[in-house]
Amino acid sequence: MSIDTFLILEKIILVVIIIAASMGVAAYSTWAERKVAAVMQDRIGPLRAGPFGLLQPLADGGKLFFKEEIVPDNSTKWLFMLAPAMFIFTSLMTSAIIPWGPDFVINGSEGARTVALQVADINIGILYVFGVVSIGVYGIMLGGWASNNKFSLLSAIRAASQAISYELALGLSLIALLMLTGTLSLRTIVEQQHGFWDGNYFTWNFFKQPLGFVIFLVCSFAELNRAPFDMPESESELNMGYHLEYSSMKLGMFLFAEYINMFISSAVLATLFFGGYNFPWMDQVQAAVPSGIFSLICVGVLMAKVVGFILFFMFVRWTLPRFRFDQLLNLGWTKLIPLALFNMLVTGAVILFFFNKK
Amino acid sequence: MCNFLWLASTEGIGSYAPVLIQLLIAGAVVSLLMLLTHILGPKRKTKDKLINFESGIEQIGNARKPMGVKYFIVAILFVLFDVEVIFFYPYAVNFRELGTEGFLAVLMFVALFVCGFVYVIKKGALKWED
Repeated sequence: MSIDTFLILEKIILVVIIIAASMGVAAYSTWAERKVAAVMQDRIGPLRAGPFGLLQPLADGGKLFFKEEIVPDNSTKWLFMLAPAMFIFTSLMTSAIIPWGPDFVINGSEGARTVALQVADINIGILYVFGVVSIGVYGIMLGGWASNNKFSLLSAIRAASQAISYELALGLSLIALLMLTGTLSLRTIVEQQHGFWDGNYFTWNFFKQPLGFVIFLVCSFAELNRAPFDMPESESELNMGYHLEYSSMKLGMFLFAEYINMFISSAVLATLFFGGYNFPWMDQVQAAVPSGIFSLICVGVLMAKVVGFILFFMFVRWTLPRFRFDQLLNLGWTKLIPLALFNMLVTGAVILFFFNKK
Repeated sequence: MCNFLWLASTEGIGSYAPVLIQLLIAGAVVSLLMLLTHILGPKRKTKDKLINFESGIEQIGNARKPMGVKYFIVAILFVLFDVEVIFFYPYAVNFRELGTEGFLAVLMFVALFVCGFVYVIKKGALKWED
């Protein structure tokens, strides 16, 4: 057994944990969504399955497995099968580059060994997320087209044009942030946001890029097809959306993947703008506890931020009404893109003329 | 024997090896889900059941007809502008080294970008109602 085998083993364990965790979080997001909706509408929400209805997601998932799988005669069969698989596959892939916590050290028989809580620290970092997320659009598009159904097709086309329109503003809003960080690697971006206060100013990027954060957040709503931008799933005009013809777990996979995407984009938002796993006074905490425990605390902090973002996504869904489609495209193209460009230029000028000491 | 050493390194191409592991595991999970739902569900298919649901009434015509060209225009514009946005990325990463000179060059690039953008908007590419 060489040390390299350990590395591969360690990565396999990490990947399994992350995939299991993202599915678990996605499952319980459905429960949380129903509870949040219930609270906001003065109802009780799921209650029967287990305490507080906590077993509801398991019951829902189990039920979907035992439903009949229907592939309509008119559909293009293999594309119809491929679409949900592709959609959930891409949503499971994005978690690879998120740093979940700082490295910790294991003292084994072969000496100390540093374990990174990040599947892959690749140098293109955030571009990897963009790349994988854009492949996810194919899942929606194929699903809608292969169904051979006018509503699904319309929904898929809406979803695709919405996703690509907001991808521009999403990409542009990030450029100002990259000017600050000078790197694409998420790990370095998180390490730069160490702690909370560096003596002069906040370290978290949110305080340096508030406008960039707002644009990024609005675009993530659109990319996630979440209300108020859930045109692809507007049930009152499209029956249901691109997954209208799907049944059994194939439908479940579409719905599930959206919640996984929400989890991952919350993690990306927290990592880019809210310091990832960093928290105030982390140095004192680090000195006080062993490195394994410290890593766990950091993971806990990141998860708390992620849960905060997920709850925010839900509050917004049950607060704001839906946009109209042309309003959505207008907002993306004529407001957010110029705003993001403006933000980029101002950030560049400010860094160049006021902070150009480095 | 040394062929697989790059898998274990954390530099360069080796840093992508864990992505490969995630690819395999995610693929396995997805195939398992697809397979399970295929095996577990009942199979009582009838001719009527396999008709498209659409909106619940009898389907008229085929869905694969030409769609509104507006969506197509949006897609074409996306391709154009996304390429321009991608050019900003290498600049943003090397922003500090390039300094004022680089910033002026990018200002020019942004000016051209905005020209194209204003042209597209004025041309009414995003006008949905006549």
